[in-house]
Amino acid sequence: MSTQSTATRMTIAKALNAGMRAAMERDPKVVLMGEDVGKLGGVFRITEGLQKDFGEDRVVDTPLAESGIMGAAVGMALRGYRPVVEIQFDGFVYPAFDQIVSQVAKMHNRSQGALKVPMVIRIPYGGGIGAVEHHSESNESYFAHTAGLRVVTCSGTEDAYWMMQQAIASDDPVVFYEPKRRYHERGVLDLGDGGGSLEDAPHALEDAVVRVEGSDVTVLTYGPMVKVAHAAAQAAELEDGPSIEVVDLRSLSPLDVDVIEESVRKTGRCIALSEAQTFASITSELAAHVQEHCFYHLEAPVLRVGGYNIPYPPSRHEEVFLPDLDRVLHAVETLLAY
Amino acid sequence: MSDDEVAPEGATPTGHEPPERDITDGGPDMVQFLAADGTRLEVTPQTEPYAAYLEDLDEDDLRGLLRDLILVRRVDAEGFALQRQGELGLWPSLLGQEAAQVGAGRAMRPQDYAFPGYREHGVAWCKGVPPENLLGMFRGVNHGGWDSNDNNFHLYTIVIGNQMLHAVGYAMGVDRDGAVGSGDPERDTAVMAFTGDGGTAQGDFNESLVFAAVTGAPVVFYVQNNHWAISEPNDRQFTIPPYRRADGFGFPGIRVDGNDVLASYAVSRYALDRARSGQGPTLIEAFTYRMGAHTTSDDPTKYRISAEVDAWRAKDPIDRMTAYLRAAGAVDDAWIERTQEEADELAARIRKACQTMPDPPHEEMFAHVYAEPHRLVQREAQAFADYQADFED
Ligand SMILES: Cc1ncc(C[n+]2csc(CCOP(=O)(O)OP(=O)(O)O)c2C)c(N)n1
Ligand SMILES: [Mg+2]
Repeated sequence: MSTQSTATRMTIAKALNAGMRAAMERDPKVVLMGEDVGKLGGVFRITEGLQKDFGEDRVVDTPLAESGIMGAAVGMALRGYRPVVEIQFDGFVYPAFDQIVSQVAKMHNRSQGALKVPMVIRIPYGGGIGAVEHHSESNESYFAHTAGLRVVTCSGTEDAYWMMQQAIASDDPVVFYEPKRRYHERGVLDLGDGGGSLEDAPHALEDAVVRVEGSDVTVLTYGPMVKVAHAAAQAAELEDGPSIEVVDLRSLSPLDVDVIEESVRKTGRCIALSEAQTFASITSELAAHVQEHCFYHLEAPVLRVGGYNIPYPPSRHEEVFLPDLDRVLHAVETLLAY
Repeated sequence: MSDDEVAPEGATPTGHEPPERDITDGGPDMVQFLAADGTRLEVTPQTEPYAAYLEDLDEDDLRGLLRDLILVRRVDAEGFALQRQGELGLWPSLLGQEAAQVGAGRAMRPQDYAFPGYREHGVAWCKGVPPENLLGMFRGVNHGGWDSNDNNFHLYTIVIGNQMLHAVGYAMGVDRDGAVGSGDPERDTAVMAFTGDGGTAQGDFNESLVFAAVTGAPVVFYVQNNHWAISEPNDRQFTIPPYRRADGFGFPGIRVDGNDVLASYAVSRYALDRARSGQGPTLIEAFTYRMGAHTTSDDPTKYRISAEVDAWRAKDPIDRMTAYLRAAGAVDDAWIERTQEEADELAARIRKACQTMPDPPHEEMFAHVYAEPHRLVQREAQAFADYQADFED
């Protein structure tokens, strides 16, 4: 994978796998751990083939215990390894919450910089797959609220490949959210002539990226919703409607406030879009930040479009619970009517 | 990170090699009353305390157990078929675990409370939950389509291990209510908590054992060791079997043949009696096997060999009980045929209930967020309704 130099079309799932493989080839201290990640390759097959190629010491089927996985990862990191742990589904990270918030996030700070616990906590997240309870949550705000953790998410193939490697190489603990309903969507990965060394990555891990340029409204979004925002921008353009700029945040914590502010100052209108419930969330933070820092450039209040503030509903409601193109365009209209 | 820090070749972390052994062999501690071919085994000093609980079973009761096994398997097959036809999003099959579940379920009295995982369709059946009510959550119309208190059968719990602590807490309440050790069979109550072999690794599971031990709560932990936690075999979860763990916590652990309905029934009754009479918790490990995939989303050919499945097929719980009752002259072809017909009728009823299950109106999403409706939720519900209406015209 990592030595290919031509552009290929690849799913997000395969790109994540290729990213982990490249990181494991580069650094023998990288160890994958989680439930069913070995022989099965994970329930989403994101780690498929890695145990076969790197052995059971590098890809570990752990006991069914998330706090155990996370606590053990801390210890391994203290011993100089770089654990990449998989949480099987978003709704199963909570047994590990204590370890993540109390230990993973704070170790560097409380040791006054003496200790580092580099690790990646992979979480397939979000809804839209018709699953039962606890399999469709967007709980990124819990972790973004905790200083010391980096929280990132990819929206496409190229980011899946590069961000995974950057996350593994980072000396900070990184919570890496994978948009599970997009796993099987394809995108282009071009490793160029360099053959894919980390320096060739098109963006830094902490950068936000403008995916679609526009002049009337900025949509700040991430992960699975980038595609929805993109579709809204295209639909508006086709109808000679408002010009929508789409910013893919990529790093949810820390936020790339420069790119965000620059975009909103240009357009004067802002929508913060997520699958996650809006209350006390990433989108709340975006709204607060934008109004504090771009107040004189705003033509209208910042709007949040996200999941309703209820427990994630049974899947027959998903279609209306998850924000879609129409809800984004409705918000755009609302903003332009001010 | 430098390459020279890698461990030398051959230095392997310990505990990786699965032991060579026959995984269908439950060992000498396992309580069993029926051999795999249906022969009734001699009662031994070891099985005697449990055998006492079989003495009051008459032929009708025994036929009743076989009927349960047959109907529960049919319910399960229908759930599977409905998923394959797109009527359900998911179905976790209990195939192979019927006897483990029916034995436990029938041992419970109406006042006893069950805390299931997500595969306990057989326990639900015994507790009187209409099987069609199990379908809603797998169809995506609700998160659990039954009122737990109707049948003392809690909602399915998907997060592995969570329910084990709920069971202990419920049992602590039972104890405070004076519903333990009164000697009144209508009053004394036990709680039964269900999980799998994988579940025994969770912190919640182990904490539940600690809480039960310390409080002496009237709870029975029922671990169905079906030998797989999705793709992970037992040796990824423990190196000594779950029933032996109880000893370290300070209460009895019993391994029972989970494919022998007489054994699972007798041992469950024994443990429930202990709990109800105030003698505290028991851990039962039902030694059984997951004959199917983990769920309809899983492909077990990726991680296990068919020879293993075949070996367990020879231990089938229904074949075993049928052979026993046939030999005893308690059932004949006509009875079996009638029961199969009954099973088909039940399946047809479930199928119809599933296909005609209405989609819930979307406004319902906003119900029951708080004990009393809150105006902030109502405001959002209103905005949602307005938006939907706006959108329709
Ligand atoms: C806390 C948590 N982590 C992960 C999962 C995903 N998961 C669902 S079932 C399962 C395996 C359970 O195995 P076991 O306890 O043996 O029960 P079985 O499915 O065999 O009945 C896993 C890992 C989950 N539901 N909850
Ligand atoms: Mg199991």
